[in-house]
Amino acid sequence: MLHRLSLGLVLCILWLLLSGYFSSALLLGLGLASAAAVVFIAHRMDVIDHEGHPVHLGWRATIYLPWLLGEIVKANIDVAWRIIQPSMPIRPNMLRVKASQKSELGNVIYANSITLTPGTVTVELEDGLLGVHAITAEAAEEVLSGEMDRRVTAMEGHVETAGKKVE
Amino acid sequence: MALIADIVSWICLIAGSLFALIGAIGIIRLPDVFTRMHGAGIIDTMGAGLILVGLMVQAGLTMVTVKLLLILLFLMLTSPTTTHALARAALNGGVKPLLDKKNDGEDEPSKT
Repeated sequence: MLHRLSLGLVLCILWLLLSGYFSSALLLGLGLASAAAVVFIAHRMDVIDHEGHPVHLGWRATIYLPWLLGEIVKANIDVAWRIIQPSMPIRPNMLRVKASQKSELGNVIYANSITLTPGTVTVELEDGLLGVHAITAEAAEEVLSGEMDRRVTAMEGHVETAGKKVE
Repeated sequence: MALIADIVSWICLIAGSLFALIGAIGIIRLPDVFTRMHGAGIIDTMGAGLILVGLMVQAGLTMVTVKLLLILLFLMLTSPTTTHALARAALNGGVKPLLDKKNDGEDEPSKT
């Protein structure tokens, strides 16, 4: 139910922001009706789940995202600096790390966070085991230290156990 | 106030362009498919991100900013997915990643 409500709310807000009509009652009503129709169809099709619309992460995401943003900026500057140096000090290597998240959603958030950070790309995700390609030894160590893993798991939180794991 | 906004947005735009340029140089200079992806990652995150932030400051608190914010959001969600798909396809297609050239003495690196 939470996901249906939040989907409807997000659709309404999105409609308002993209259309920019705030005053005409007819248009607002039609917008509301279209949002309701989408929620109804999505409900009938049974495609509303905790993966497509992870509202339950809620406020924990607001702790994780700024940290991730900071990491991205740091990694960007590091990789950019390495690229423009004439000697180009890169040491590409592959490594495997374990993802400690309980759900697939958590695994995917972790894998995408790794890929989003320049210098590391997730090339494999199999049963909670990640194959990561890193461009430098430092970037590889950053992943192996497991700080990002811990933070994603913390964001996933205990609420995730309520949403059952999809096979 | 408008001057400060202009300065901030131009700093963002120029820095973003610079990162996009460095990313492009990286794509040319780096030795193989997988390392080149890291160069592309710079353009995806810092390049596009800073340019969009600069444009948002230019636009102020308007509808345009909301749309730019949505572009940024979708970019941040889709770019790692495409990068991962590309890397996975390359790996499954039999491309061997070039690993630490100091150890195995590859003569591939395209040093200028």
